[in-house]
Amino acid sequence: MEILWFINVSIKMPQTKQLMDTEKIRKDFPILDRKVNGKPLVYLDNAATSQKPKQVIDTVKDYYENYNANIHRSIHKLGEEATAAYEEAHKKAADFINADFDEVIFTKNTTESINLLAYSLTNNLKPNDEIVISQMEHHSNFVPWQQLAIKNDLKLKFIKINREGLLDEKSINETISKKTKIVSLTHVSNVLGTVNDVKKIGKLAHENNSLFVIDGAQSVPHMPVDVKKLDCDFMAFSGHKMLGPTGIGGLYGKKGLLNKMGPFLYGGEMIKEVKFENTKFNDLPWKFEAGTMNIAEAIGLGAAIDYLNKAGMDNIARHEKEMVRYAYGKLSEMKEIEIYGPSAEKRSGLVAFNVKGVHAHDTSQILDGEGIAIRAGHHCAMPLHSVLGIAASARASFYLYNTKEEVDKLMEGIKKVIDVFRQY
Amino acid sequence: MPKENLDPNFAGEGIYRENILDHYKNPHNHGEIKNPDIKFTENNPLCGDVITVNIKLNGSKVEDVKFRSMGCAISQSAASMLTDEIRGKTLKEVKNLQREDIVNMLGIDIGVVRTKCATLGLAAIKNGIKEFESKYTVLRERKNGKIQN
Repeated sequence: MEILWFINVSIKMPQTKQLMDTEKIRKDFPILDRKVNGKPLVYLDNAATSQKPKQVIDTVKDYYENYNANIHRSIHKLGEEATAAYEEAHKKAADFINADFDEVIFTKNTTESINLLAYSLTNNLKPNDEIVISQMEHHSNFVPWQQLAIKNDLKLKFIKINREGLLDEKSINETISKKTKIVSLTHVSNVLGTVNDVKKIGKLAHENNSLFVIDGAQSVPHMPVDVKKLDCDFMAFSGHKMLGPTGIGGLYGKKGLLNKMGPFLYGGEMIKEVKFENTKFNDLPWKFEAGTMNIAEAIGLGAAIDYLNKAGMDNIARHEKEMVRYAYGKLSEMKEIEIYGPSAEKRSGLVAFNVKGVHAHDTSQILDGEGIAIRAGHHCAMPLHSVLGIAASARASFYLYNTKEEVDKLMEGIKKVIDVFRQY
Repeated sequence: MPKENLDPNFAGEGIYRENILDHYKNPHNHGEIKNPDIKFTENNPLCGDVITVNIKLNGSKVEDVKFRSMGCAISQSAASMLTDEIRGKTLKEVKNLQREDIVNMLGIDIGVVRTKCATLGLAAIKNGIKEFESKYTVLRERKNGKIQN
């Protein structure tokens, strides 16, 4: 096992004014008023799940209080209203990533989206066909492909990461070949923060007649994402990481490809006509939405997208860049800290680190005592942690409501961690 | 809304009391036993913590116990205290130990998430005993002619 200790160069950035009116934004998030262990909550676990603005909470409440009904089948006022709101949410989700209306399927989350794809796409593969993923994948873009490769006798190949925590150029070119049928890559690593050049890798995949799938769980919530510009065949994302409720996510697919794919789940709603002998399936996207969907959550996601659009995805990306530059700079000034992944310029709004000699759980626990919520563990990326040569890491991840003052509190908390464990 | 726990020992570094950090720094019973009767490795998939326990028996009593582990302060110190505790106890007594007993040894309460850390050593010991007993049953039944081969 190769152990990579990334050398971190401290970056001195000029103190600039924060780009977003975070003070105003924070007022929309009721949970940010909460105290934890007697201290104001500092929520830096956004890569796990984001908090929800009252606009989203109210939208979900409004649905249940005023027009709760099943969709696409109830010929009554409530059914009409619910169907209209659900379809509107579909439209918002599609527009958000610049897809056509019938190209986005609602699922539970990224994991379900990738399972749907993995089951459907591997059906058409022959033994020894190759699937390419990378060493930095979240388990959701790892285990489904791994298990279906085992089941169907396919070869699963991994693009390696280099010492900087970026996908290795040489490995990309060696791994993707004419034998490759599917390339599935994360847009942004949930541990390293690395933003992958998915457009370039997608082009290489297509030159080799391979399908190209993007795991957008950590990119869609944090930066403008345009599936047409990226020219990906499929993209998966989760609503709960982008201010929306849990239990709702999406799968984008190019129309031609989705039309060719068979349904994943059979049952109600996904049909056009059912006879005793056979069934004619519904049109896109409903063909893939079997049974009663998470209606309230979908409508809530629509409200979350409205909120993000209003804040502006460009502004959010800039704000997070500002936050990560600041945090990375502060963290890399401390000799007791080890940071994983590339420089602030090459990463999105998160930093994974360890206080040397202290288990990430202990770091997280002491920070919790200060009201600071970060993630500790392997972040559902055990293979990546084995490549990094560590069992666990601590991770701070930012969103539009976080402030530099909160990063300062994080740094104070980390000093406390060092103090508690100093003698060791 | 979940109740705020105002016990000062619960908040933050309160968990990292001196006794816990002492056990973390100088774990008791650290190491291995030659030819142990029970040897078992348990891991915590949440954080990648791993512990291996070795137990030497004298009849049905724990004569000696050692462990090696990689993990957080809570899992390490709990294992250190637990191994002190079980020496001289019967397997039956050890099997009856529960989460609450670990909490008492640590002298702190632990949240639902950290329970996995604190009870990792206990899980290794209990699963090791289980494995030993099922092997022992097979051996005894073979001796009594109930299993042929």
